[in-house]
Amino acid sequence: MKDTIDAILKKHIPKEKGNLIPVLQSVQKKKGYISPESVNRISNYFRISRSSIYGVATFYSQFRFNPPGRHSIKICLGTACHVQGGDFILKALQAEIGISPGETTDDMRFDLDRVACLGCCALAPVVMINNKIHSRMSVIKLKELLNKYE
Amino acid sequence: MNNFYKIQKKAIEEWQALKNSSEPVIYVGMGSCGLASGAGEVWNSVRRTIKKNNLKAQVLKVGCIGPCYLEPFFDIQKPGLPRMSFNNVDVSKSRKLISEYIIGGETKLKPLGHLGENKEEFEGVKSFWEQPMLKNQERIVLRNCGIIDPENINHYIARGGFKGLLKSFDIGPEGVIEEIKTSGLRGRGGAGFPTYKKWQFCRNAKGSPKYLICNADEGDPGAFMNRSLMEGDPYVLLEGMLIAAYAIGTNHGYIYIRAEYPLAIERLKIAIQKMFNLGLIGKNILNTGFNFNIKIKEGAGAFVCGEETALIASIEGQRGMPRSRPPFPAVSGLNGNPTNINNVETLGTIPNILREGGKWYSGFGTEKSKGTKTFALVGKVRRTGLIEVPMGTTLREIIFDIGGGTLKPFKAVQTGGPSGGCLSEEFLDLPVDYESLADAGSIMGSGGLIVMDQGTCMVDVAKYFLNFTSQESCGKCTPCRIGTHKMVEILDKITKGEAEMRDIEILEGLTSTVKNGSLCGLGQTAPNPVLTTLKYFKDEYLAHVEEKRCPAAVCRDLVEYRVIKEKCTGCQRCVSVCPTGAITGPRSEPHNLDPEKCIKCRACYEICRFDAIAGDAIVIV
Ligand SMILES: Cc1cc2nc3c(=O)[nH]c(=O)nc-3n(C[C@H](O)[C@H](O)[C@H](O)COP(=O)(O)O)c2cc1C
Ligand code: FES
Repeated sequence: MKDTIDAILKKHIPKEKGNLIPVLQSVQKKKGYISPESVNRISNYFRISRSSIYGVATFYSQFRFNPPGRHSIKICLGTACHVQGGDFILKALQAEIGISPGETTDDMRFDLDRVACLGCCALAPVVMINNKIHSRMSVIKLKELLNKYE
Repeated sequence: MNNFYKIQKKAIEEWQALKNSSEPVIYVGMGSCGLASGAGEVWNSVRRTIKKNNLKAQVLKVGCIGPCYLEPFFDIQKPGLPRMSFNNVDVSKSRKLISEYIIGGETKLKPLGHLGENKEEFEGVKSFWEQPMLKNQERIVLRNCGIIDPENINHYIARGGFKGLLKSFDIGPEGVIEEIKTSGLRGRGGAGFPTYKKWQFCRNAKGSPKYLICNADEGDPGAFMNRSLMEGDPYVLLEGMLIAAYAIGTNHGYIYIRAEYPLAIERLKIAIQKMFNLGLIGKNILNTGFNFNIKIKEGAGAFVCGEETALIASIEGQRGMPRSRPPFPAVSGLNGNPTNINNVETLGTIPNILREGGKWYSGFGTEKSKGTKTFALVGKVRRTGLIEVPMGTTLREIIFDIGGGTLKPFKAVQTGGPSGGCLSEEFLDLPVDYESLADAGSIMGSGGLIVMDQGTCMVDVAKYFLNFTSQESCGKCTPCRIGTHKMVEILDKITKGEAEMRDIEILEGLTSTVKNGSLCGLGQTAPNPVLTTLKYFKDEYLAHVEEKRCPAAVCRDLVEYRVIKEKCTGCQRCVSVCPTGAITGPRSEPHNLDPEKCIKCRACYEICRFDAIAGDAIVIV
């Protein structure tokens, strides 16, 4: 844990506070989420208070503060996906895997989130699983798709 | 410069060699839309097939050519023949094309069109550009998208790349600004401010270093024009930035791009590196003494960061909160220095204007809105994708001629994203330009066009947008933070059938408070979706309030699902799709729907196959 964060921090000059967001992004990329421990270490390095770091991090929807599941499901709820029924897919999926956006299943198999648009609006509704975008989703297609992710 | 002509000569040779290749060339549409439709799998399979069969053939990646609904595109160019474009090609279709068309020589699969230079029909195959979706378009910004390999700088150079930059060095910074003035170009990020004026302000502002920022945050959910351009032709944006920086007098550029666009980020990084290698970015560009560097900053998911002062705060590492203007960024922006911010499309238009001349560009469009505009044509329209049309094209031409109309009867079109409005049928003949849209109560915005039909509930749409803006409100000013929240509450009540007429009055009152009292564009425009739906679709509000009925059968609390026994064929499709097991019944017998278990996710309604007749096998009472 320590080493990865150290490696990320070392790439940035402590004085350049503008690097806070890129650092948080790198930490999340490597660790999957922003843990209290990571915040402590960033705080010491940049000499920014922990509350300021949380202030910035919670402002942006990209950051999560609990460990992710093995597979991340993101349901697009942008306008195009909304009018094509993205909301209904979310509803059905919630019933299927039993969690709400922002949560992770007990067996750590899936975490669920919504996003505001993945830029594939022409193929709405879309769902992203682990960085792969699946287009023209329906409840049944998503159900079949999830079987492929253990 | 001499050095550049050598580069250019080599690039043209490479491009010609590709066009006249003695081996077959395969082009796979690998934009985000192509990849989401399975282009990645096709790509891998094609490479394997070629290797296995020891075929002599080249395989290239291209960006999105526009009609996303036909992705993945798979073009084959055989020696001496024009590039033939096949659509909706999955792995098995690509195998078939290779074995029949490339190895065998003949295929029964019909290409959608050819992409030869000559637009004439070729052996019974029409030009790609003659399709209904494309023939009324005017492709200026998008001219390279889907045509060139976005990772190959030589393709870009061979098709006129960097000629605009050379011209700029010729005529000097003031000359560039003059050319942009002649072109009439206005900002494509939403507000439509004349680009030359912005540049002039920043050029004249005191303070250094100055900064140039490309706004690639594309926050409008439901729009992807900027993504497509950056993925399909990253060089045109970078050349535009070089020209802008040269005109303004800055050496520092940033691209603020949303993190949801990993492919665009990757292609931009590759493009920057290739330009650096050729001396087109960095120190002493083409020996002119002009230096320019570009840094990429990834956004972290906040709609308000598309607003320029919030964007600057975000680059500085703070919460992305707007501040009041003046001072404008042109005077005091990033780190307190003069900063010019332009949208991706604005900057992507610049090289074309410089190459062909401002006068040429001003020949397109209307009196006050010059040139062309790209739109993301999405929603309930048959042909979805990215289009580019001259300003002043009517909504009807866009939705019906280009988009092929809707499946169910047309109801509304939404322009301008969360800041825009919903326009009804009576506006279909409205020419699309900045003024006409604003007069109708909407805005041009960045180019999202979301088509809605009878299956869309306008109150639900208004609630959707207000929900979005209230969640994305940064919280700094009260009218926006509390006002949007209150509006969501009322809209929620309406969609639940719990509202009274008085609530609509309160809602109307709130719209003006939020509009007039908010600090930044987010709050000032947030009421637009409510205002326009109240104005043009009042009857739908009334149905929800007075009759407790949702005419489009979308609002969950006002809809109940049941099976119409006479129409159900017992095909079991709905049984298999229901996530809660609410529908039961043996095959070939009418099914049962248990309302207690039903979560109204509509999966059965969507999947019931017998369109006209049994489309209402599951109806709403
Ligand atoms: C809430 C809000 C969000 C915005 N989002 C974007 C955006 O995603 N992309 C963009 O280019 N401009 C956006 N803008 C407009 C920018 O503030 C700015 O006007 C624009 O980038 C200027 O570029 P242009 O002159 O080339 O249009 C937004 C404005 C507001 C108020
Ligand atoms: S609205 Fe879902 S991808 Fe854009």
